[in-house]
Amino acid sequence: MKLITAIIREVQLDKVREALIEADIKRITVSRVSGHGQQRIEEMYRGQIIIPDLIPKIRIEIGVNDAFVDITVNTILKAARTNGAGNVGDGKIFITPLEECIRIRTGERGGTAI
Amino acid sequence: MTYVSKIYIKTSDAPPKKVYLCHKNDIFYDLSKFLLMKTSAKRYLLILFFIFISSGGLFAADNTHIDSGATAWMLTSTALVLLMIPGLAMFYGGLVRSKNVLGTIMHSFVAMGIITVLWVIVGYSMAFGKNVMGGWFGWNSNYFFLKGIDTNILDAGVPEYVFTMFQGKFAIITPALIAGAFAERVNFKAYCFFIAIWSLLVYNPLCHWVWSSDGFLFHLGAKGAIDFAGGTVVHISAGVSGLVAALFLGARRGYPYQVIRPNNMVITMLGAGLLWVGWFGFNAGSSVSSGLSTAQALTATQVAAASGALSWILIEGMHQGKATALGFASGILAGLVAVTPAAGVVQPYGAMILGLLASLICYSAIQFKNRLGYDDSLDAFGIHGVGGIVGALLLTFFIRPSWMHDAEAAAGGKWTLWNQLGVQGLAVTIAIIYAAVMTFVIIFILNKFIKFKSSETDEMAGLDRAYHGERGYGMLNPS
Repeated sequence: MKLITAIIREVQLDKVREALIEADIKRITVSRVSGHGQQRIEEMYRGQIIIPDLIPKIRIEIGVNDAFVDITVNTILKAARTNGAGNVGDGKIFITPLEECIRIRTGERGGTAI
Repeated sequence: MTYVSKIYIKTSDAPPKKVYLCHKNDIFYDLSKFLLMKTSAKRYLLILFFIFISSGGLFAADNTHIDSGATAWMLTSTALVLLMIPGLAMFYGGLVRSKNVLGTIMHSFVAMGIITVLWVIVGYSMAFGKNVMGGWFGWNSNYFFLKGIDTNILDAGVPEYVFTMFQGKFAIITPALIAGAFAERVNFKAYCFFIAIWSLLVYNPLCHWVWSSDGFLFHLGAKGAIDFAGGTVVHISAGVSGLVAALFLGARRGYPYQVIRPNNMVITMLGAGLLWVGWFGFNAGSSVSSGLSTAQALTATQVAAASGALSWILIEGMHQGKATALGFASGILAGLVAVTPAAGVVQPYGAMILGLLASLICYSAIQFKNRLGYDDSLDAFGIHGVGGIVGALLLTFFIRPSWMHDAEAAAGGKWTLWNQLGVQGLAVTIAIIYAAVMTFVIIFILNKFIKFKSSETDEMAGLDRAYHGERGYGMLNPS
């Protein structure tokens, strides 16, 4: 089991979600986050250019069985990359091993609980 | 030569008040008479030229004294109606997704800027001037930039500036209402041009027809088509135009499969509350007096809003089991919209029934919309269009007897409620057709120059970021 965590652009959330649903990956957790990576954006505030310290992003978390890792990652890659070639700020995907997964309702553990 | 131009101010049951604005020995009047005698195609051009060169300040104040009571209430009403616009901004702003909250609020706010400027330059003149272009709209050179009304006092004892500004607020809120139909998917620049052109070509003519002394709907039937505070002019025209625009633009991305929910019901409720408060200015101010008819309108307004809101949550409770806050707010609006044309002529029991029927019919209309699948995002047509039609037609059955007696006298014999219903029906039909056709033409042409609908990228990014470069909640670091 793996936990896939993707940090993506806010704008791409709809596309990523739609693509994942199409790939039959429907269980997902989404949160709003702010962070700082390679990307640098400029915004205007009362005519002044400002460079925000933290840029708003969307974090997606999906727990998957090993067989589904590739399809999930590829789907996110494809849907979250902008303009075909991609731009700085499109985000990152982290894959971490998942020690255990427990469904609260039944108490069942492991792959079937995902 | 004696010449007086008259404006009839909409009142409830009192016979229309004559208001003398312009006057004798007006040299420009003679000149225009002369020009009018020539039946050439250049006639209108000459008149327009003459209008532009004529100067204001030539007109002495009338002898009418200021009625400080009426003026005080009209000033208050003017402020109250303006309060409805931030109210509407909050109502609509809370209903969209968080990425569109500022863009949606700006739809209302930008109307305060654009329409006020237009209203002062030409709007008031087009709405309350004398018939030109065969009665399509009005024109009065004194109203151009409001330059000739500096010292005018209406017969109602109210300075004309106050009346002008009061009416201007109606002109602002009407296009702002339309924005609810195509919320979350419209290009800001195109929207600005749209409301400017719409105000000139749809609102001003309609306002002229219904409320100006020589408007043709003002004279329909025995005592005119009843539209006390703007059921036809404001709500039907905005609702129908919204529907046409929503159909033209098509649905939002993902609608109706993707669930699109309000970002902040709290500001929606506060907005609905502000609208209710502001509506007292809207309806009770439309009596252009501070007296009996004001009190009648105010009472009808309160009763209809309350009965509409209660009915909506009852219907909703029976239909889906829960009384929602949004339902209560929608009921307030449905009741208020329906009583808008009726406030001057119905008694409390009539207002109560109107509120009930408005909620019932608007609720059904929204259920029906969900089946049809078109995307009237915030139900501008479902509430303002449908509610306005309900009010304008059904008010006929609750007109207070004294009004009907006056109508009979005016008709010189019999005047039944069916006669009046015919008049109301005709006025509503004309408003619907005119608003629908003109809106379609405006959007169709405008769309050739600026794409009216947001690009997919802009729509996904949200109006706030795409057109304003801001975010509603936490500009730098969202929580």
